[in-house]
Amino acid sequence: MTSKDQRGIYIHIPFCARKCVYCDFLSAPQPDAAQAAYFDALIREIRLTAREAADDGPFATVFFGGGTPGLVPAGQIARVLTELKADFDIRSDAEITLETNPGLMDAAKLAAWRAAGVNRLSMGAQSFDDGELKLLGRIHTARQIREGFALARAAGFDNINIDLMEALPGQSQEDLQRSLEALAALSPEHVSVYSLILEEGTTLEKHLDDFPPLPDEDTERAMYWQSVRFLESHGYRQYEISNFAKPGRACLHNVSYWERREYLGLGLGASSLRHETRFTNTSVFSEYLKLETLSDIRRDVTHLTRRDAQAEFFYLGLRKKEGVLLEDFRDAFGVSAQEVYGKVLAEHEKDGTLKCRDGRVCLTERGLDVSNYILCDFLP
Amino acid sequence: MSDLSEDIRQDHIRNFCIIAHIDHGKSTLADRIIEKTGLLTKREMQDQVLDNMDLERERGITIKAQTVRIIYNAKDGEEYVLNLIDTPGHVDFNYEVSRALAACDGAVLIVDASQGIEAQTLGNYYLAMEHDLEVIPVINKIDLPSAEPERVKQEIEDVIGLDCTDVPLISAKNGTNIDQVLEAIVHRIPAPSGDRNKPLQCLIFDSLYDSYKGVIVFVRVFEGTVKKGTKIRFMATGAEEEVVEVGYFGPGQFIPCEELRAGMVGYITASIKNVRDTRVGDTVTDAERPCSKPLPGYRKVTPMVYCGLYPADGAKYPDLRDALEKLQLNDASLQYEPETSAALGFGFRCGFLGLLHLDVVQERLEREYGLDLVTTAPGVIYKVIKTDGSVMMLTNPSNMPDPSEIAEMQEPIVSAEIMVTKDYVGQIMKLCQERRGVYNGMEYIEANRALLRYDLPLNEIIYDFFDALKSRSRGYASFDYEFKAYETSKLVKLDILVNKEQVDALSFIVWAGNAEERGRKMCQKLKEEIPRQLFEIPIQAAIGSRIVARETVKALRKDVLAKCYGGDISRKKKLLEKQKEGKKRMRQIGNVEIPQKAFMSVLKLDDE
Repeated sequence: MTSKDQRGIYIHIPFCARKCVYCDFLSAPQPDAAQAAYFDALIREIRLTAREAADDGPFATVFFGGGTPGLVPAGQIARVLTELKADFDIRSDAEITLETNPGLMDAAKLAAWRAAGVNRLSMGAQSFDDGELKLLGRIHTARQIREGFALARAAGFDNINIDLMEALPGQSQEDLQRSLEALAALSPEHVSVYSLILEEGTTLEKHLDDFPPLPDEDTERAMYWQSVRFLESHGYRQYEISNFAKPGRACLHNVSYWERREYLGLGLGASSLRHETRFTNTSVFSEYLKLETLSDIRRDVTHLTRRDAQAEFFYLGLRKKEGVLLEDFRDAFGVSAQEVYGKVLAEHEKDGTLKCRDGRVCLTERGLDVSNYILCDFLP
Repeated sequence: MSDLSEDIRQDHIRNFCIIAHIDHGKSTLADRIIEKTGLLTKREMQDQVLDNMDLERERGITIKAQTVRIIYNAKDGEEYVLNLIDTPGHVDFNYEVSRALAACDGAVLIVDASQGIEAQTLGNYYLAMEHDLEVIPVINKIDLPSAEPERVKQEIEDVIGLDCTDVPLISAKNGTNIDQVLEAIVHRIPAPSGDRNKPLQCLIFDSLYDSYKGVIVFVRVFEGTVKKGTKIRFMATGAEEEVVEVGYFGPGQFIPCEELRAGMVGYITASIKNVRDTRVGDTVTDAERPCSKPLPGYRKVTPMVYCGLYPADGAKYPDLRDALEKLQLNDASLQYEPETSAALGFGFRCGFLGLLHLDVVQERLEREYGLDLVTTAPGVIYKVIKTDGSVMMLTNPSNMPDPSEIAEMQEPIVSAEIMVTKDYVGQIMKLCQERRGVYNGMEYIEANRALLRYDLPLNEIIYDFFDALKSRSRGYASFDYEFKAYETSKLVKLDILVNKEQVDALSFIVWAGNAEERGRKMCQKLKEEIPRQLFEIPIQAAIGSRIVARETVKALRKDVLAKCYGGDISRKKKLLEKQKEGKKRMRQIGNVEIPQKAFMSVLKLDDE
């Protein structure tokens, strides 16, 4: 799908118009001045990083995630991209994605993003039911999704993802079906479907009793497979636990995580993988704004042992529908996967959670439902 | 350093202990006494000097008897040497208590000024009387608003028959009237008798393993003199060694001295290789000039409760063996022998004085020796009389013979005394009946408080009887018991099948009348304890080939983290690591993973 030396850059934009009830990501509403200061710091980080990673090979993807990158002035996005292109070897055909809320898309902004080089949009639709959207604390309506999508197409975006959530409070399988159908009518190139996860500290978790009941486990699984079957019958291919794409439209940036390609995470709380080392930036906003050297903000630096890397190969790689090639394991580590993981592989092939065929290992559908239970066995 | 021991006059020594019902303030009084005698400054005092194991401090009870020598300048202008021999405060440790008492000439009996006499107050008093100790009653906690010293005085006189005219009314907590206790010790407890020139006769009342000195034997010298170089003999075991060092007990430290003479309390070290040679209650004598007979009262301690202890990681078996051996140095009552379980591999069947003792040993193995343990359900020792006439002491349910070979089974019965306020008598009687108790009478020791006597199967009280007693009496009941006899009983072995496979480590023996109900509860409990796995797991209870209960652990339906955001895999990794850790704490039985704590489920059958 991608060549071996493709690298990615992730840019975190920790701002949103309003915190959604289920969200535990590093994001919050912030005044304009704070946003401006943040971009100044981000530019400093990019320059410092460029010095450190000057010799890194070409970058094939850039991903603006958040938060809501679509919220900030398009000029700031352009400024970041200009800086990146000046400092790094960004391929001319790089996949450059920007996440946005459907309610924040207008023709001027879309044109500015395109002009800056953004060529892929990811729309956080989550649902096409206004009642559900309101319940989740989303700022947009189903109509705005359709309008935003049409505007994006008109602006020339031919690679668009739509995020959908399932297992929402009070949601039935019929409700989900209506959202899926509304989504299919738009025919985006890519779809991400996530089950709502009740995270600690979120409004939803704290006031769970004020919401309609969450679907039970059996219903949640039924919804998951309902989405998978629906999308597969509408021309999408599942390539990862939560991701679906039309042929050739898988998100390269997303895939690079599962294939352990190097990526630089820039911005508040962003994570990187470089030279078999994982590290994460500070998630304290005021600390980030003050950054003068990279060591000011770098946290949780973990040098991966060979054993760690071997484990990651499997527990990340197996998230892909096609799984992993055992040959890739040997190429990467000079030892056969059988030698390191023969017992785990055999055990889970026997219990029906892994499928091993033609030198390839992947999760079965049953294995996918209980993937954590399987994947933890690969840890050292 | 040895000046004191040279000058000590035998008639200025007082050997005593403090006895009390649990929580009546034994350790606190000991602290105050040590503080008053000035060997330790207040700053040096850690709270409760005598309870020196962390575990003891956390639980607030004394498990391991400690001892300390202090100097007291009495009001008569003379200097006295007081040896305070601390005693364990739980019914599990009655033998240790009895040996500690045997080393004393007197006892301070503490009674709580608001609670008055409790079951263990009586139990300890009787024990002190058996050893002919001079008992000095003391009423503690007079600072409490609920204190009723006059009522308690009357109670002591009426129930125990001790004169309370000059009874010290103290607050150990605030240090009130501690001198009165010290003066009473000096004037009422007799000086030790004994002749320093007679053949050596010492009582071992405790021993301790020290990595530098080896086994340290705590002794009370009754006759003769022991010093460095004396060749000693342990009379019960026959072992002989040369003394390396003798000394006395400073607060928190061992202080060597020249010799220990008749009447003194101190320690002996010798190059003792086999720790099993130093048994609490044994008599130490001079091998070259032995005494004619050992001191009375020694018995090989017999555990009341057995369970299997297994290392969670099979490779740690030798570590567990070493740790048990070391613990046994300090704990003569701990017994163990190797055993093998189909489910758990290699481990040990261990014998304990009671459930608290088991708990303490288990926690020490985990904390002090870093072992991760799987403990099987504790049980008492059953007597199996086989059809061929042979008798088998059954400590492991798995070894129970086929019913066709059993003529009769017997279980240990204890006589229990329960003291409770009038309002709760009905509740407590009901509890005892539920536990198959046989009523042996009741007397009112004062208008509002009754002493109930029951014979109870030990099996029914080892787990949670004490908790049940407390909860049904709002904390007002107290309890003491001693072994009575083995009696015939109808007992069956309840087997547990997990995924159709019998798990030997989960079997337990139960009274036939309760078997089905216990089986049902056990299945329910295991269903809670065993996490869902890839397939459905039936859990069954069986008596012989008859299934009496069944529950099902549903198959794992969903365990997937969908969102993995912005390349932050650390969160995902943490989750997987936690999960892996959880799996590590399970035992693979067939193809089912059973958490370690599930093996103790039988203990929790009465949680409601």
